[in-house]
Amino acid sequence: MCDINTVNTDDNGDGIVNSGTDNRINNDIRINTDSGIDPNNRANDICVDIQNLNVRFPTRSGLMGKISGWTKAVDGISFGIRRGETFSVVGESGCGKTTAAMAVMGLIKPTSGDIRLYLGDYKEKSTQWADLHGGERKRLRRLVQIVFQDPYSSLNPRMTVRSILSEPFAIHNLYGKKEREARIAELLDRVGLSTAYLDRYPHEFSGGQRQRVGIARALATSPEFIVADEPVSALDVSIQAQIINLLQDLQRRYSQTMLFISHDLAVVRHIADRIAVMYRGKIMEMGDNEAIFASHAHPYTELLLKSVPTAGTGTVVTATPKVSTIGDDKDVSTTGNGAGCAFYPRCPRRCDRCVNETPELNDLGSGHFVACFCA
Amino acid sequence: MPCLSCNDLRVSFRIRKKSAYAVRGVSFSVDDRATLGIVGESGCGKSVTAAAIMRLVPAPPGKIESGAILFEEKDLLTIPEKEMRGVRGRRISMVFQDPMTSLNPVFTCGDQTAEPLILHKGMDKRAAAELSMELFSEVGIAEPKRVFESYPHNLSGGMRQRVMIAMALACSPKLLIADEPTTALDVTVQARLLELLKKLQDAKDMSMILITHNLGIVAGMARHVIVMYAGELVESAPTRTLFEAPRHPYTECLLKTIPSIDKRGERLTVIPGTVPTPFEIPDGCLFHPRCPKAKDVCRKERPALHCVDERGITDNDVNADNDKHHVRCHLYV
Repeated sequence: MCDINTVNTDDNGDGIVNSGTDNRINNDIRINTDSGIDPNNRANDICVDIQNLNVRFPTRSGLMGKISGWTKAVDGISFGIRRGETFSVVGESGCGKTTAAMAVMGLIKPTSGDIRLYLGDYKEKSTQWADLHGGERKRLRRLVQIVFQDPYSSLNPRMTVRSILSEPFAIHNLYGKKEREARIAELLDRVGLSTAYLDRYPHEFSGGQRQRVGIARALATSPEFIVADEPVSALDVSIQAQIINLLQDLQRRYSQTMLFISHDLAVVRHIADRIAVMYRGKIMEMGDNEAIFASHAHPYTELLLKSVPTAGTGTVVTATPKVSTIGDDKDVSTTGNGAGCAFYPRCPRRCDRCVNETPELNDLGSGHFVACFCA
Repeated sequence: MPCLSCNDLRVSFRIRKKSAYAVRGVSFSVDDRATLGIVGESGCGKSVTAAAIMRLVPAPPGKIESGAILFEEKDLLTIPEKEMRGVRGRRISMVFQDPMTSLNPVFTCGDQTAEPLILHKGMDKRAAAELSMELFSEVGIAEPKRVFESYPHNLSGGMRQRVMIAMALACSPKLLIADEPTTALDVTVQARLLELLKKLQDAKDMSMILITHNLGIVAGMARHVIVMYAGELVESAPTRTLFEAPRHPYTECLLKTIPSIDKRGERLTVIPGTVPTPFEIPDGCLFHPRCPKAKDVCRKERPALHCVDERGITDNDVNADNDKHHVRCHLYV
């Protein structure tokens, strides 16, 4: 399991992300010449490796809350996130994308499967949340941070920006008093806020500014890996553009590794290096940005893309796409016995084989995988 | 003959003994059987305009200062409240933004849909129930009976929004106001609901006002669009004209901020700053502090609404013709 090739991973354990240029960047318009990441085989320089992850929640019924079944929120997904890339998971609400992210963060215990993290002290040999306890767990936690969806509820209204941003330092016991002040100023600068805002409370900010504070907080401990869970979906279009640009800057300048969860394909198109499309707990299609948007092979990906209303300067106005030909989502419960393709009830290309057999992720070459018999 | 026309609408709010305009002199009209899109960022006065049409602006602190809203030969702002109650929900109805909070959690969906039928049409309970279920199947609910007996929390977001639409359509209104009807929903559900709204509009000869900040939705749905900024109408045009040749810098900026799924992005254009609150309205053009094309005159004088032709040249004839392209900007004087 130790065949990873860790090139250019700076190990100055002080946890400060170098603000200078880094030679791991510029992987934004990357076309895979290697075989990409095989779900069953780790390629080089992986940061987070997820193998056959399952998360199930019990459904209870009756007065005594007897367990009457299991909901498969995440149903055997595998993918790897390379160092310095933005990996995006897209899908409709309820498809398990947030649950998967929570499991990666170590906030939910997976039912089965491996989440191997190649971070910090474990850069060479990898670790799992389940193997870590107490201080070790906390040390790793410093390197894995999250930006939440709703900037209105994820900042404590009784804390000033200064206290919000110094809390991570206090928790992880980083830096001395003076140095913390300097770090906070640097963080604000990095997310484009003025230090004049230090003593203000969250309610004094607009949604976009609040999300900037949320991002600064996630960056405070110099994490090696950031999960961004729908960071722009609660924001207005114009503010959304600002936050996307900010995230893109962080990604390019500091080659921040990021797991970006979203349901907005236009945003994902803009920011992601590689994309996994999830439906009912399973990965339907996975590949790099171009593969998903230009040569997607799964009918569900196609449905998602067709559903995006489009408009732009100079482009011909396109009518809202017709999706009425595609079955209703009445059968979207995730309980069932699991036989057959999850997308069968809504699929326009379904065939008899899809009822009884579950399609596996199939390699189409250059890291493009699709779980469909018809592709 | 337009279905509804709104002239010089002004709405103010009084907060902490200070009064400020949320809507400052907005005029527009909605054609018969057509859809008018209203776009702008949050805080631009879109929803307040809609609330004023329904006379649902909370007063106090809100106050409709002046203006006229003509609908079926009546001025909705001056008729007595009792008469307004006969318009609201019957002739004009509304679909609200958030299906999670705009349904009453303690009544079943059936009760809530039957209510307007009993109140406005004087139906008895059984007839109202039957018609409600018919409406449910019309809006694409697969099991109308089950939904009729369900409470809102039993349903998904898309289903709840369908119930809201069924409720709004119950009395076959002449005008439907949809305030961000799909903002809280997934893309696939959104596409299906928009398709449904279009179909129902054709079938029922309805006019529609569609309020949204998603320009993509407007492009596919509306015949005319008005763009609002800080309570003012800054541009109005037929949809195609607006998207192909936007004139106001604000509209241009709005169109450029949308990430496109067709091409992998360079940096997105951003509009620096935020919409001013009604209490901190700048002098001159309201947009000048954020405008990339601001000139000296923009800082001093507030521009008037002009009519421009397809080459961007002003012609002085400012009338309420929907097919003309109007813009409020010094660049075209």
